[in-house]
Amino acid sequence: MDKIIGLLEKYYPVYLQGLWGTLWISAVTVLLGTVLGVLVAVLRMSRSKALNGIAGAYIEILRGTPILLQLYFFWIGLPKLLPFLELSDTQCIVVALVINASAYIAEIIRAGIGAVDKGQWEAARSIGLTETHLMTHVIMPQAVKNILPALCNEFITTVKGTSLASVFFVGELMTSYRSVQAATFLALESLTIVGIIYFLLNLILSRLLRVLERRMTASD
Amino acid sequence: MTEEIIRTENLTKNFGSLEVLKGISTTIRRGEVVSIIGPSGGGKSTFLRCLNLLEEPSGGKVFFKGQDITDKKLDICKFRQSIGMVFQNFNVFPNMTVLENITLAPVLEKKVPKAQAREEAMALLRRVGLEDKAEEYPRKLSGGQKQRLAIVRALAMQPEVMLFDEPTSALDPEMVKEVLNVIMDLTRSGMTILIVTHEMGFAREVSDRVLFICDGVIKEEGSPDQIFTCPHDPSTIKFLSMVL
Repeated sequence: MDKIIGLLEKYYPVYLQGLWGTLWISAVTVLLGTVLGVLVAVLRMSRSKALNGIAGAYIEILRGTPILLQLYFFWIGLPKLLPFLELSDTQCIVVALVINASAYIAEIIRAGIGAVDKGQWEAARSIGLTETHLMTHVIMPQAVKNILPALCNEFITTVKGTSLASVFFVGELMTSYRSVQAATFLALESLTIVGIIYFLLNLILSRLLRVLERRMTASD
Repeated sequence: MTEEIIRTENLTKNFGSLEVLKGISTTIRRGEVVSIIGPSGGGKSTFLRCLNLLEEPSGGKVFFKGQDITDKKLDICKFRQSIGMVFQNFNVFPNMTVLENITLAPVLEKKVPKAQAREEAMALLRRVGLEDKAEEYPRKLSGGQKQRLAIVRALAMQPEVMLFDEPTSALDPEMVKEVLNVIMDLTRSGMTILIVTHEMGFAREVSDRVLFICDGVIKEEGSPDQIFTCPHDPSTIKFLSMVL
């Protein structure tokens, strides 16, 4: 216990920096992952067999391979593929995280829309709504209620998933653990500190999301 | 002869290898009330759903006031606005209030000013005795009230024909009457109506014509008196002997 407090006193800027890294990487991953996920979901549900197939393969490959493998793949592959961009390690890893999250989020969105009663589509069409109005006014408001809980879970998974970035020494919490451990040889103590920070972070996040969820589903 | 509203020519529909409609040709004229009866799985609902292209016909044609609406180049939304439909399971929109359910399509698709749409919706709600539910969400309504809402939601688009797909089959017995009364009231207003129903007494009372659909074809059609008192086709006789 004393050692933990000692570590905190001496190295708290390192942990804070790591927390900041985890926060911004998570936020960017969730935001861009959702945007990309919506796009993939739209393709997945399109009537074009080709687009549908491409989106399906994208989702299957990303869900069917380990995230760590994907991180390595982008970390090594992206700079080679796009050398002119001069991407940093952090940028490569964030791109990989965003793409990985987008596959899961696309499936969550597709499933959420699929769970809306078929009769709702028929009723909306029967009164002559255009396909756009059908989606914006009838289907999506109902689908959001199905999507939100799963999406909240995905957010928390994302926060934890960013810890894998430490493999590539990208600045985030898990990397802070490694830095402090390397400097002090106090592995368990440093792990405990980082673990508590992760736990509290997700606890706060899940509570916030639950409040949001309850508000969104208030009309039921 | 009065103007034709809907005409089908050799309409067919397959689901995979299953032939549900095997060539249905009929004409519905303005002001007619036509009941469609027949055994389950005989194609009644599928026929009705082909008329506004909720099901895409596999073959044949559907004409709305002389225009072939199976033509892919046409904007089907415009035609659906003139063809109201009421479903067995109501399918009211749970994310909107009663009033919003009704004003949604007129405001979005017909660009009716909001205030006017609300006024018209309130008039319709009064007509079916739901004016005090205008601001409620559908979850607070009974089955019968939901179905009455579904009917006025369709009426708000001022359709030229109303399609009813077993509108009382999902209702508790004590609520059947209130919905049938609304439909009855509609028949008196001169609305063109097609109704798939198992309510034989009702069909007999309100219809100008009865279609008996079985095995994907119109086996027999005629006035309600003829169909219900002296059916000719053996399948009609068998069906009526089982339900009456």
